[in-house]
Amino acid sequence: MMRLSASTLAVATGLLVTALAFTSGTTSAQSLGDTAGTGSETAMSATGEQTYREICQACHLENAQGGTGAGVIPALASNAKLSDADFTLKRIMQGYGGMPAFADMLTPEQIAGVTVYIRTHFGNDYHEAINVDEVKKRMPEPE
Amino acid sequence: MFDFEAPNRRQLLTAIGKAGGAIAMYQAMSALGHAMPSQFSGPPKLNGAKPGASVVVLGAGLAGMVAAYELTRAGYKVTILEYQDRPGGRNYTVRGGDVIKEVGGAVQQVKYAPGNYLNPGPWRIPYHHQALLHYCTEFGVQLEPFVQQNYAGYVHSDKAYGGVPQRYSEVAADYKGHVAELLAKAVNRNALDDTVSTEDKQKLLEAMRGWGVLDKDMAYSTSLRTSAQRGFDRAPGGGVNGAPTPSKVAGLTDVLDPRVWQTMNFFHNTTMQQTMFQPVGGMDMIGKAFAKRLAGKIRLNSKVTKIAQDDAGVTVSWDDVASGKKNETKADFCVCTIPLTILSQIEVQVSPGMQAAIKGVPYHSSCKVGLEMKRRFWEQDDQIYGGHSFTTQQITQLSYPSTGFFKAGPAVLLGAYAGGAAAYAFGGMTPEQRIEAALAQGSVFHKQYRAEFSNGASVAWSRLPWIQGCASTWSDELRKEHYQNLVALDGRVVLAGEHCSYIGAWMEASVLSSIDAITRVHQRAMAA
Repeated sequence: MMRLSASTLAVATGLLVTALAFTSGTTSAQSLGDTAGTGSETAMSATGEQTYREICQACHLENAQGGTGAGVIPALASNAKLSDADFTLKRIMQGYGGMPAFADMLTPEQIAGVTVYIRTHFGNDYHEAINVDEVKKRMPEPE
Repeated sequence: MFDFEAPNRRQLLTAIGKAGGAIAMYQAMSALGHAMPSQFSGPPKLNGAKPGASVVVLGAGLAGMVAAYELTRAGYKVTILEYQDRPGGRNYTVRGGDVIKEVGGAVQQVKYAPGNYLNPGPWRIPYHHQALLHYCTEFGVQLEPFVQQNYAGYVHSDKAYGGVPQRYSEVAADYKGHVAELLAKAVNRNALDDTVSTEDKQKLLEAMRGWGVLDKDMAYSTSLRTSAQRGFDRAPGGGVNGAPTPSKVAGLTDVLDPRVWQTMNFFHNTTMQQTMFQPVGGMDMIGKAFAKRLAGKIRLNSKVTKIAQDDAGVTVSWDDVASGKKNETKADFCVCTIPLTILSQIEVQVSPGMQAAIKGVPYHSSCKVGLEMKRRFWEQDDQIYGGHSFTTQQITQLSYPSTGFFKAGPAVLLGAYAGGAAAYAFGGMTPEQRIEAALAQGSVFHKQYRAEFSNGASVAWSRLPWIQGCASTWSDELRKEHYQNLVALDGRVVLAGEHCSYIGAWMEASVLSSIDAITRVHQRAMAA
């Protein structure tokens, strides 16, 4: 997957990151199934909050309250598990138990940005900076 | 080491054909990976179940219903437990009068006119999905062509052609023409001499001239010949003013926009090639055909809470969704087709490896928006009969109905089919916002959109309470780690569904995985 060369800034709360991702026709695992083909595979948002709105709230809902159907989508609001930055990054990038893996869909900047956002909003108060370079090291190899 | 010149494939096949006849040749072709459209080799032959042997099937989607149907035929006593108030699972069609309830509380009342529908999940069937087509044939499910590739559909990129949508015929001819011209130039400048022989150079030039519709100077240029592929400004007619006017070819830069070649490439996938089919009246005709044959065996509104097993059998605990009343169903075996988004939250007594697999496979989402328009303006005004238009916007594509051509009155257009990140963007919107986004973005193709819009409905898979996602997302690494554990027959429990396949989100995946699962269950039951 092609990405614009990334900012090396550590993303802290409120700092805007002007990261862009663009569709490059990669073959994601999803494309094995019926698919719209090559549409908006990657997110467009720039800030952590925008990424939350663009991606996360599709499941975790507007106020990060989570939702219940046949299964439970955990609330991110006031979630003590988010105190662990490493855990949070891993879940976002690799997915787990039905949660999608977003490493192919988000840039390191977007991942860092949204991690900071959810850990400092919705009743969470974990103000540790997330280093984009650290996120980059965890990114999967381009296909 | 022996040194010999390997025969090419055709020489080899011809030799085999001469020596062993057509059957040997067919087997050889199959062994070489050709002429084998599907792993389907007929319905399972599961004869002679032991008297009283029983199976509980979890989930009344296609995988569950295939299992129940075939196991019943083999003589097993079968019960299906289904969470929803309808059988079918992702084999699902939305019609007027239906209600779509979402996690988060949004409720849509679907207002489509009678006969109109949206297939939110599966909506097209590749001709080589022979297992699914077998059951359609056996059950008399009427199929009609799904128009997949339509050269009259549009391709739109915000970065090419000034943001103006072009017909697929135009971009396809232009792309091919420019590539051919460039390759011909490279050959004529002797840039390929180190890899292409003199004889092949001549063949290549001739191919590029014909394939790219190049002119006498080996250039791709505006002419009646190129217009015969991309379309005319004024089409050929009859009589005094019958002479056509050519259309102007586009420049190289516009053609190189990714949306152009991605669209062409899309149609090259074997799962996307014509001929494709759809059931007449909606995709759920398939699920309904199964359910009809399983009357009395499907227990709806049943939420599974635990799957336990021991030497004696399987015990599935479940709650009645409406009353909350707790129940248990016991059987000799369990075929579990519950999607992993949900199963990963249920206590299942299986090996640690299978438990890790159940929790280890992520799901992606998808969103479709079906817009009912007052009339078929895409047919009447734009001469588009079925097929798709593609865009770089989040709606990703429009699809025009493959049925009811030329009919007066309202019709449902697929106004968005969002995957990837766009699926989540749509999933996070309210139903009203999704319609508005679909109308705003789709207007780039059809100026009639706003005036002709009647009503719309959307299905964002991440928000559907019964699945909370769309389908499994495997990677090579995940396959290595989890696949065999996931599909193993673990004591008396086996999983089935698209997540237990190498096919991905297709109904064929559910059917083939189910057939494989019940075949192994039957073998173990007979061996016991």
